Amino acid sequence: MAEVDIKNYCLNFGPQHPAAHGVLRMVMELDGEIVERVDPHIGLLHRGTEKLIEHKQYLQAMPYFDRLDYVAPMNQEHAFCMAVEKLASIEVPERGQYIRVLFSEIGRVLNHILNLTTHGMDVGALTPILWGFEEREILMEFYEAVCGARLHAAYFRPGGVHQDLPAGLAERIMKWTETFPNTLADMEALLIDNRIFKQRNVDIGVFDADEALAWGFTGPMLRSTGVAWDLRKSQPYEVYDKMKFQVAIGNAGDCYDRFMLRIAEIRESLKIIRQCLNDMPAGPVMSTDPKISPPRRAEMKRSMEALINHFKLYTEGFKVPEGEVYAAVEAPKGEFGVYLVSDGSNRPYRCKIRAPGFAHLQGMDYLLKGHMLADAPAVLGAMDIVFGEVDR
Amino acid sequence: MTDKALKSLGEHIATSLENEVISTSVAFGELTVVARAEHVQKVLTFLRDDQECMFKQLIDLCGADYPERTRRFDVVYHLLSVQLNQRIRVKVETDADTPVPSAIDVFPAAGWFEREAWDMYGIFFADHPDLRRMLTDYGFQGHPLRKDFPLTGFVECRYSEEEKRIVYEPVKLKQEFRNFDFMSPWESAKYVLPGDEKADDAAESKEGAK
Repeated sequence: MAEVDIKNYCLNFGPQHPAAHGVLRMVMELDGEIVERVDPHIGLLHRGTEKLIEHKQYLQAMPYFDRLDYVAPMNQEHAFCMAVEKLASIEVPERGQYIRVLFSEIGRVLNHILNLTTHGMDVGALTPILWGFEEREILMEFYEAVCGARLHAAYFRPGGVHQDLPAGLAERIMKWTETFPNTLADMEALLIDNRIFKQRNVDIGVFDADEALAWGFTGPMLRSTGVAWDLRKSQPYEVYDKMKFQVAIGNAGDCYDRFMLRIAEIRESLKIIRQCLNDMPAGPVMSTDPKISPPRRAEMKRSMEALINHFKLYTEGFKVPEGEVYAAVEAPKGEFGVYLVSDGSNRPYRCKIRAPGFAHLQGMDYLLKGHMLADAPAVLGAMDIVFGEVDR
Repeated sequence: MTDKALKSLGEHIATSLENEVISTSVAFGELTVVARAEHVQKVLTFLRDDQECMFKQLIDLCGADYPERTRRFDVVYHLLSVQLNQRIRVKVETDADTPVPSAIDVFPAAGWFEREAWDMYGIFFADHPDLRRMLTDYGFQGHPLRKDFPLTGFVECRYSEEEKRIVYEPVKLKQEFRNFDFMSPWESAKYVLPGDEKADDAAESKEGAK
C-alpha cells in the first residue's frame, strides 16, 4: 500500500461551545484524534477590570470583584477587602470575621456544586446538574437574605461586612446543612461508581506535584497531587485557625481525583459552616472606626455629624496609606490574590488580580498533549475554569 | 512569618546576590527584593533553588506603571514557597525599550503572565517564545493599563447591518468623560481653587510686611 501523507487537522473549539465553560476559544492541532498542540485564546470576556479599578474609589472598586468569578462572588471580595485592611491596618470585629468565614464557605459549596455537576455534564451526565442547581438556589437565597442580591453581593466591605445576619437566617442555614448531605450523597451515587464517568476521568490529565508547582497551580489542582497546601490552614486568615477541619488531598493527580477532592471539600465546608454558626459571638460586624465604616442608618437620621460622615465616606471615600501589599485567600478554585499599590489617595494606584484559573488554563497545552480530543472537556471541567476571572 | 525572620531572609538573599540585588525591605509583613532587571533570571533561579528560600512557585507576575520615573515600568514577581510557607516579592525596573529577560526557563508559569504584562504595558520580555497579546482584542492597538491610556480607549466596535460585519470606529462620547476629584481642598488637592488664585501671593506679602 502506498504511504499516504496525512496532514494534521486544525480544530477550533469554541468560543460558542457548551463544554467551553463560557467563552474559551481553543485552537487545537490534531493528529487524527490525538491532540498535538492546544492554543487557548482567552480575553473574549475581558472587561478591563484592573483599569476600571484604578479610576474608582476603594469602596466603588469592591463590587467589580463579584463579577470576576461569578460562581463564588464573596470569596473574591474577601481578598480585596483583606488587601485594603492590611494597608490601612483595619481590625475586623470578631463577629464580622465569623460571618466572612461563614459566607466564604457557602461560596465554596456554591462553586463546587456548579463545578462537579457541570463536569458531570461535560462527560455526559445530565441529572446531577438539575439536582445541584436546586441546592445552589437555596444558597443564593442565603446570599439574598444578607445583602439583597443573589449574585453580585457587595457584602464584604473593608472593615467587616455590610450588615448583620437577619433574624432567623442562622437557623435556616443550620437546617440546610442537615438536609444537604443527603442530596450530596444522591448526586455522588450517580457519578462516582459510574462506568462511563470513570472511563472518562480516571488517569486523564495527570500531573505530579513538581509539575503543579512549576505551572503555578493552586487549590484543588495542587492538592489532587498530594500536596496538603491550603491557605486556610497554612496561612490562616480571619478565624480559620479556630475552625476544626481537614484538608482533602488526592494522590493520583487525575481528573477523577480532583472530582472526589471537591466532594470531600464540600463536606469539610459544611463542618466549618456549622462551627461558625455555633461559635459566632455577638457584637458589631463592621469596624467602628468612623474613618472607614459609615454610620448606621438609624444614627444618620438623628445626628448631623453622622450624616456628614456618611456623605464624606460616599463621595470622597476613605484614603489608604501609601504602600503595596499582596493579600491572598483560598478561593474555591485556588489561590485568589490581590496585589494592591496605594499612593495615599482615595483610589488604588494599581490593583493586580491574580486569578487561579489563569494559571490553570495556561497548563492546558501541557496537560492535553497526547490526549484524545474527547478528553479536552474532562480536563477543562476538572480544572474549574470560569471566564469572569480568567479574562478579568 | 515574623518581620525578624523576613529581615534575616532578606539579608541572606542580599549577601548571596550582592551584584544582582539592589535592596531588600520588609513592609506590612511582606519581604520585597528589588533586583537589577538584567539579572532577574539569576535571582529567580537562586530563590527557587536555595535551601533557605525554596520559592518553587511563581504565583503572579505583573507590570506597574510609574510615568514620572525615567524607567517607568516595574515588573513585579510574587513567589511562594509551599515547603517553607513563605512569600516574597521581587521587583525590577525597566522602560518601554529595554527588554527584561523572560522567566520562562525558571518558571514555565511565567509564559502567560509575561504575555499579559506585554499586552497591558508593552513591557518586552527577551527570549519569550510566544509574546503575543493575551487579553485584548485581535488587532488591538496600544497598551491599555499604561497611565497615559484613556479609560474610554480609542476605538469602539459595533455590528454594521450594511456591511454585515463588526466595524471599528473612533470612540464618540455622548457625554464628556467626567473624572471627579473628590479630594478635600484642605488636605490634598494640588490645584488652585477658582477665585483663590491670589491667595498665595496675599499670604506671602502679609508675611513680608511682618
